[in-house]
Amino acid sequence: MIKSLKTMIFVGLASLLLVACGQGGGGAGSKKSKTLDNTKKAGFVKCGVSQGLPGFSNADASGNWTGLDVDVCRAVAAAVLGDADKVKYTPLSAKERFTALTSGEIDILARNTTWTLSRDADIGLTFVGVNFYDGQGFMVRKNSGINSVNDFKNGISACTNTGTTTELNMRDFFNSKNISYEPIAFEKADEVVQAYDAGRCDTYTTDKSGLAAQRTKMSAPDDHKVLPETISKEPLGPVVRQGDSVWEDIVRWSLNTMIEAEEYGINSSNASSLKDSENPQIKRLVGSEGELGAAFGLDNEWSLRIIEQVGNYGESYKKHIADTGILPNRGPNELWTKGGILYVPPAR
Amino acid sequence: MIQILKPNRDNLNTSLSIGLPLIVLGFIDFFGNTFLNTNITEFLPSTLSYFFPLIVGSIGLYFIRIEYSGIRILDHFNKSVNSTTFNAVLTLLIIFIFFKYTPPLLDWLFFDADFIGSSKEDCTSDGACWVFVKVWFKRFMYGMYPNPEQWRINTAFLILFTLIGAAFFVPPKYKKYIILFMLFIYPIIGIKLISGGIFGLKWIETGAWGGLSLTLIVSAFALILCFPIGMFLALGRRSELPVIKYSSIGFIEIWRGVPLITVLFMSAVMFPMFLPDGTYMDKLMRVIIAITLFEAAYMAEVIRGGLQALPRGQYDAAKSLGMGYWRMHLLVILPQALKLVIPGIANTFLALVKDTPLIFVVGLLELAGMIGLAKTNPKWLGMAIEGYVFAGLVFWVICYAMSRYSQRLEKKLSTER
Amino acid sequence: MNLKKFKIDFKNKKRLIPQVLTIAFIFLVFAYFSYNAQINMGNRGISFGYGFLSQEASFDITFSMIDYDGSYSYGRAFLVGLLNTLLVSVIGIIICTILGVTIGIGRLSQNYLIAKAAEWYVEIFRNIPLLLQIFFWYYGALRLLPMPENAISFGEISFLTIKGWYVPKFLWTNFSIFFYSLIASLISIFYVFKYAKKQREKVGKHVPAGLISLSILIILPALTFLIGGVTLNFEYPELNQLSDTIYNFKGGISIIPELISLALALSMYTATFVAENVRAGIEGVGKGQKEAAASIGLTRGQILKLVVMPQALRIIIPPTTNQYLNLTKNSSLAAAIAYPDIVLVFAGTALMQTGRAIEIISITMGTYLFLSLTISVLMNSYNKKMAIKEK
Repeated sequence: MIKSLKTMIFVGLASLLLVACGQGGGGAGSKKSKTLDNTKKAGFVKCGVSQGLPGFSNADASGNWTGLDVDVCRAVAAAVLGDADKVKYTPLSAKERFTALTSGEIDILARNTTWTLSRDADIGLTFVGVNFYDGQGFMVRKNSGINSVNDFKNGISACTNTGTTTELNMRDFFNSKNISYEPIAFEKADEVVQAYDAGRCDTYTTDKSGLAAQRTKMSAPDDHKVLPETISKEPLGPVVRQGDSVWEDIVRWSLNTMIEAEEYGINSSNASSLKDSENPQIKRLVGSEGELGAAFGLDNEWSLRIIEQVGNYGESYKKHIADTGILPNRGPNELWTKGGILYVPPAR
Repeated sequence: MIQILKPNRDNLNTSLSIGLPLIVLGFIDFFGNTFLNTNITEFLPSTLSYFFPLIVGSIGLYFIRIEYSGIRILDHFNKSVNSTTFNAVLTLLIIFIFFKYTPPLLDWLFFDADFIGSSKEDCTSDGACWVFVKVWFKRFMYGMYPNPEQWRINTAFLILFTLIGAAFFVPPKYKKYIILFMLFIYPIIGIKLISGGIFGLKWIETGAWGGLSLTLIVSAFALILCFPIGMFLALGRRSELPVIKYSSIGFIEIWRGVPLITVLFMSAVMFPMFLPDGTYMDKLMRVIIAITLFEAAYMAEVIRGGLQALPRGQYDAAKSLGMGYWRMHLLVILPQALKLVIPGIANTFLALVKDTPLIFVVGLLELAGMIGLAKTNPKWLGMAIEGYVFAGLVFWVICYAMSRYSQRLEKKLSTER
Repeated sequence: MNLKKFKIDFKNKKRLIPQVLTIAFIFLVFAYFSYNAQINMGNRGISFGYGFLSQEASFDITFSMIDYDGSYSYGRAFLVGLLNTLLVSVIGIIICTILGVTIGIGRLSQNYLIAKAAEWYVEIFRNIPLLLQIFFWYYGALRLLPMPENAISFGEISFLTIKGWYVPKFLWTNFSIFFYSLIASLISIFYVFKYAKKQREKVGKHVPAGLISLSILIILPALTFLIGGVTLNFEYPELNQLSDTIYNFKGGISIIPELISLALALSMYTATFVAENVRAGIEGVGKGQKEAAASIGLTRGQILKLVVMPQALRIIIPPTTNQYLNLTKNSSLAAAIAYPDIVLVFAGTALMQTGRAIEIISITMGTYLFLSLTISVLMNSYNKKMAIKEK
């Protein structure tokens, strides 16, 4: 048995070596991306989303998915397949999201996932950007008399999702304040909301955007308020598998295109008319100048399709998050030129 | 003192005259409380008043517990219901619980319930909101399967039931063919019909399947597939070849020793790691494989029981006719053994149907999962009890019917011997 | 053990070939899986190893029987989950045994009402899937309990609320002395019964063993209170206001509703199977036994206790132990409601935080396997012992 184990390890390492050599080759003609090829063959992008978070990824009665995270996947579909609607959405719980990605069930995870070191380095995934800067907060009932996190007393019970950064941050927070608390963690976000609504726990904690969105699902949304303090940094962004750098770049630059387009005033209605703009960067973004698409193995209209079919970041934010009343104030999710922190590398 | 009060034949009349009025008093109080909302024992503390009928009733029953009193009705009653104090109290308790709680339950279930309407606002009364079940009914039955395509699921099940019915009523010569057709060809037809992709049928991916139809699909497939595997394992366990014997035992014990939920986690989380990079096996298929292997271990034990119960004479006679291992088993042993354990197989199938709700932990929405989804829809909050009562009723009807059928089968087969 | 069973006869080709093929098949399957797993893990940059067990867990658990918070290791979290699983299993086993035996005997009662009620209990609770029963208790029934400020109280020392069932906590000093006194009294009771049996068989004298044992059980531990320095205080739960509308109970032990609903559902479901086993056992005792006992004047209760049950136990115990095992395995359904058993804590939260799917799931399945196999082995040896006794 041991001899065969050694053989297996040897064969495994040898094939790994070959694969690594093959990818490190560089130069033209070696833009091999298994995920890109599989996507083109299947004819749709496999996108992992939440199980129903208004504003980020939510399905309506006829099964159409909309939201800020959904738009990331649609942007990739527009760039790679030419049609933003060629996406298959797989709703995932917090538990299955990473294994669905590593196993190949989905190719992009757009599920307001927090970018942390351990997730980036330890479990075989790569974060490709941030599409929503957020922070963790607490929600309580308006009549509870609690106006700030400093009012929390010993013995308070807090509901959250299991297996998330929220669980860990919650612990750090209460420890730093020396408050003993009762953590109640469910797998599905809907169960957390229900438990909080029924009174099983005194406070509900998750990213502030999640709090605002889930409040719409409660029996009396106006009875609840979000406390002002933010206890952690939660940069939420799309995730892909480690090991396919071309696919990584495609997703990263699709997101960046949306943000940079807003910076230059390009939106879905005026994109094609700006093909003769005087600004060379605008021309690059709408594809009338440069050969940027070839870097990923795509044609040159890839960024134009993203802007036309999905819109720029501002349009997406407005449609899904501002106009629905979830978070009308963009806060840090504004362009750096307008006081926010959205600053992406230039597409050139 | 106690001797004087002990009821027996001598003081028949005194005992009866003490006991009967007490019982009647208890009943009046109880029925007054429950149905007429009058409380004649208001002057007592609340707990005492609540249990007053019970106490008074049991004292009364004690007094009429006369052995061999000579009155036929009384004797019959005493022997069956009133034999000991414990018995009497238990009987009173059962009547108490039954009458106190059944009317409110019936009210909630039927009389006060809402049946008409199409949204939550139509549920105005205190009773159950069956509007919820009515509106979501198609989703509960078919999951996210698109409405216009649901005829396909109906057709597939209709074919299945016709086949099963045919297998019963058709003369024995054709029975074998029908069963073989059911086991091998129908699954392919059924799957193609439901998933589509050929003959112009729209492709519905397995993530959209759900509801009760998914429960039945998973159960049917797992049962059909676990049968041959179980048979091989049972034969392997009884084999004389050590390697085969011990690997069968190992397989069976491993799968029987772990809970189904961990097996499902394994199939969802671990199994994809074992497949070559890039290949992706459909989630439903992985789940069916996991449940099949799990149930095959239990089926193997059931079949092994049948094999053990066969008299050795059968094996010896077959061998003396010069039959090899496989011929002997196929023609002589297995048909008899399987007939012996049909009740056991029915039990395993029953357990399988009751285990299918677990697949919701890997994201497949069968009936229980659909109800979980429906109850958190913002328009329908607070309908958890109605949903689970409905699901409980559906499962109960199916399982009760199956268990009744298997009991009848067991009786029929045991008399055949 | 007969080693001849293991010897593979290399000379007989016909018997050798299937075995070789089987070994080759199993080997190929394992090799294929390991090969793929290694490639996949290499591609993703995941390493394989059990070292993560000593890493800090950094998540807290709602309910734990031993000291635990996020600064302990994953290994300790595993232990917490395991203890929680065992806790709910033991509670479930005790309740379902009591319930199952009562219902099983009730089914054979001559009282029509009791027999019918028992039969309907079995038919109803056996045919509804366990998961649905758990859901019903947790999401349906227990969510209707009142908030702490309106708690249902039992004599003002125990309170039932939506957040849990609060009971007084036992505060011992010198618990070990009390514990040893209990053990000492149990041992002496054992010897009292042995002595009583010997006296009964040799001399025919009836020694009131039961009365003596009861007095020992009461007197010996009571002595430890008086002279052993053992004291028992109770810590009562008290209503505690955290803010304008939020109350909870401080002090005492809180039994979380997840544990209550899981234990209730498991017991009521498994009790149906135990009841059927008990009924089969009692019916399996030969009719002649019951008739002979009745002919010497024993009442029905005495017949049941002295003649039927001891014989029926032999038939009842093996399948009932199987049901206990099933109950333990079914406790893994705790993952569906937020009860922190081994599946939720280890194969749930720890898995998500570390991503080590293969290691964690193998440990979890291995634990259940170990429990099942141990009980199976014990049951097999008990069966063998019982079988020899019966000539």
